[in-house]
Amino acid sequence: MKIKTTVRALRALTLAALGFGPVLASEAATEPSQNANEVNISVDDIGIDNGVYRKSGIGYNGASPGPVLRFKEGQNVVINVTNNLDRDTSIHWHGLILPYQQDGVPTISYDGIKPGETFTYRFPIQQSGTYWYHSHSGFQEPDGAYGAIVIESKSREPYRYDRDYVVQLSDMHTDSGERIMRNLKMMPDYYNRQQQTVGNFLTDISANGMAATITDRMAWGDMRMMAADVEDLQGFTPLINGKSDVQNWTGIFKPGERVRLRFVNSSAMAYYDIRIPGLAMTVIAADGNNVRPVKVDELRIAVAETYDVIVRPKDDTAYTIFAASMGRSAYGRATLAPREGMTAVVPKLEKRPLLTMADMGMDHSDMAGMDNTAMPGMDHSKMGHTSASDSSKTAHKMHKGATTDPFYAGGSGLTPVAANGGKFLSYADLRAQKPLYEHRPATREIEFQLTGNMERYIWSINGKKYEDAEPIRLKYGERVRFKFINKTMMSHPMHLHGMWSILDVGAGKSNPIKHTISVAPGTTVSMETEVDAAGQWAFHCHLAYHAAAGMFRKIIVEGGPRSAQLNSQAGEG
Amino acid sequence: MKSLISVMAHSQSNSLNFAFVLLTIITTVIGGTSVMAQEKSPMIWAVQMEQFERRLGDENERLSVWNGDAFVGNDDFRVRWLSEGEFDNASSSFEKLQNQFVAQVPISTFFDAKAGLRIDTPKGPDRWYATAGVSGLAPQWVEIDADIFLSEDGDLSARLDAEYELLLTNWLILTPSADVEFAFSDDREVGIGSGLSSAELGVRLSYDLVERSISPYVGVVYERKFGSTASLAQDENEDAEGWLGVLGLKMVF
Repeated sequence: MKIKTTVRALRALTLAALGFGPVLASEAATEPSQNANEVNISVDDIGIDNGVYRKSGIGYNGASPGPVLRFKEGQNVVINVTNNLDRDTSIHWHGLILPYQQDGVPTISYDGIKPGETFTYRFPIQQSGTYWYHSHSGFQEPDGAYGAIVIESKSREPYRYDRDYVVQLSDMHTDSGERIMRNLKMMPDYYNRQQQTVGNFLTDISANGMAATITDRMAWGDMRMMAADVEDLQGFTPLINGKSDVQNWTGIFKPGERVRLRFVNSSAMAYYDIRIPGLAMTVIAADGNNVRPVKVDELRIAVAETYDVIVRPKDDTAYTIFAASMGRSAYGRATLAPREGMTAVVPKLEKRPLLTMADMGMDHSDMAGMDNTAMPGMDHSKMGHTSASDSSKTAHKMHKGATTDPFYAGGSGLTPVAANGGKFLSYADLRAQKPLYEHRPATREIEFQLTGNMERYIWSINGKKYEDAEPIRLKYGERVRFKFINKTMMSHPMHLHGMWSILDVGAGKSNPIKHTISVAPGTTVSMETEVDAAGQWAFHCHLAYHAAAGMFRKIIVEGGPRSAQLNSQAGEG
Repeated sequence: MKSLISVMAHSQSNSLNFAFVLLTIITTVIGGTSVMAQEKSPMIWAVQMEQFERRLGDENERLSVWNGDAFVGNDDFRVRWLSEGEFDNASSSFEKLQNQFVAQVPISTFFDAKAGLRIDTPKGPDRWYATAGVSGLAPQWVEIDADIFLSEDGDLSARLDAEYELLLTNWLILTPSADVEFAFSDDREVGIGSGLSSAELGVRLSYDLVERSISPYVGVVYERKFGSTASLAQDENEDAEGWLGVLGLKMVF
C-alpha cells in the first residue's frame, strides 16, 4: 500500500514536471502582478582570456561570469534561457526558494534545455540577498557557466552602505571539466603538486626527530592517504569577477564610504580564505540571509557559499582583496581603490597546510590499532553540535588569534588562522538576524556519513554512490535534522536544493539559515530543514568532481499543500 | 573464438587489431553516455606508457623496450590491454612480445582482480596463456601487480611486479621497480626452467615535463636469469645477467 502511494506521488510529480509551464503562468496571473521582470539569457560557447591564458569555455550572454541578475523581493520573474550550445544545458538558481520544476536540475526538476531550445523559467522571488546561478549539466559550471544574483529586500535594509559590489570567485583551469574528471579517475593525485617530498622528510627529521618523522610517514602510508591532500585539483587560476590577479578587478570607493562586498564562491573545487589587509570586514549576511554583524579580519568561503560584508576604508589609499586558496596553491587578487589604476601590496601565500590524524578522525594515540581497509570507528562525540552548543563561549575565546574552531576537528591541520593574528570567522559566530521559522524540535534525524575512496576517486554518501542509492524521502511538514559525519579527509560543502539548511551552531532559534554547509574532515555537523517545498530536489556535495563521482542524492518530498496537488492535476491536462 | 586466438597468436598486428575491436565493443556497450552527475559513474579511458625506452647494455646490447597499457571502463568494470615488448636492434627480432587482454573488477578498497588472456609472440615459438591476478596499491604506496599464468601446454608460472615513487620534488621522481618471475614447471621451448626464473630490478629518474603526460627519464636496469632458466640461456649463448642503462619517456594520455 505504501508503495502504491509512493508510485502515485511519483506519477503526480512526473506529470507536474511535464506540465508546469502553463500552470505557473496561470498561478502568476492570479497573484497581483508586481513589476513583471523579464530577462533573456543565452548560453554560448565563448573564448575566455583571463590575462594568463586563453581557453574556450561556456558563458552567458557571451561572457563568463554571466550578467549579475538583479531582482526585487516580491517580483514574479520570467527568465528566457536560450541554448546556443550543441549539447544540453540547464540553469540552477542556487539558493533560491522556488517551485521544484523551476530549479534547473536535469532529470530531477526537468529534462534540461536541448540545443537550440529556449526554456522559460517563471517563479516568484520570495527572498532577498546574494545568490548565484550556474549550469547543472556536465561540467559546464567549471567551464565558465555561472553568474551572480542580487535580490533587493522589499523592506528596508538593516545596514547602511554607499556602494555595493559583487565579488565572485572562481577557479578556472586550463583543462576542461571532462578532462579533469578523467584525469582524477585515472590518477587521483594527477593535479596534486603539494605532496610531501624527500626534502620535506629531511626537514621534518631535523625538526621532529627521525623516529617521529618515520612513524608519521608510516601512519599515512599505512592508510594510503596523503597529509597533503587538501586540494584535489591544483593548477587553477583564481578569478575574481572573471579577472585574474594580473587583470586586477577594481572597486572604486570614496574614503569614508561604507562598501558592501557580496562574496560568492562559484569555484568548482577551491575554498578561499579572504582578507583585505588594513580593513576589518563586518559580516552581515551568509548565504543570502542576514546575520547579526560580526567583525572579522578574515573569512573562509566554501564552494557555493556567499558572504556579504561591509568595509569602511577611511584613507585615500588602495586595499588588496586577497583570496588565498585553502590549500595555498594559488591566490586571487582584486583591489578597492579611490581611483582606477591604484594598487596595494599583494601579500605572499603562506605555507601550505597539512592534514593531521585529527582530520582523519583519530589522534596519534589511536594509530597503532588501525584497520587499513576501513576507516576505524571514530569518536565524534567531542565534535559538532555538542561543542558548538557552547559556541558563544567558544566564540569569545576564539577572539584574537586562538586557533580553535568547533567546526574543525581538535588539532586539525585545516583550522583557519587569520594572517594578521586577528579574528577569523567561524560558523560558530553566525546568528540569524531574523529566524525564518518558529523554533521547534526536529521530528526526526537522518544520518549522512560522507564517504569516499580517494584512490579510486569515488565519492559517496553512506558508502553509496548516487547511481546505486535510493532517493531520500521526506514528508511535507516535517522538520528533519540532518547529521553529517565526515569520514573522508576532504571538506565537503553540502548543498540542499529548494529548502533552507538551518545550521546548528548551538544557538537554538538564532541558528543561521544557509543553503550550503561545509563539513570539515573528521567532524560531525548538524543542520535542520523545515520540509516546506513539495516535489523532488537535488542534494549533493558542491565540489564539481565529488558530485559527479557520486556524492549526490535525489530528495523526494511526499505530500504537500492542496495547491501543489492542484498544480500537478492541472499539469495532467 | 579459438580460431581467432590462434590467428592472433601468429601475428602481432592481428593481436593489435583484436585489442582495438575489443576496446571498441566495450566502449559501445558501457559508454554512449556523457559525464553527468545525474547519471552512471562516468565511462573513462586512458593510455599509459609506463616505460618507452632505449636500453644500452654493458656488452653493447641495443634494445627498444616498452611496457604500457590502455583501459576503458567505469568504477565497476574495466577492460585493459597490457603490452610489453623488447626489440633487439642488432638481430632485428623481438626478445619479448607480450600482450594481455584482461577484465578488471574492484575487490577491495585498494585492489582489483583481473583475468584474461596473455599472448606471447616473440622470436621463436608462440604461447598463449590464461591469466589471473590482482593489481593495486599496497600499504606504504607500493604499486603491486601479481599474476599467475597457465600456458596452452599446461605450464604454470607466476609474476610479481612492484613499484614505488619517491618524490625528490613534486616534479622530479625516482622510481625503483622490481619484477620477479617464477615457473612451476619447465617450458624449455621458450627457455623457461622451473623455479625462480628471472628478475629485473630498475631505478628511473623522471621529470614531469607536461603535466603528468610526458615525463622523460634516465635510469639503470639489472636483469638476471636464475637456475635452469639461466642454464638454458647460456646454452643459447645468451647472457644470464646484465646491466643496462635506459633513456626513455613515460607517457599518460
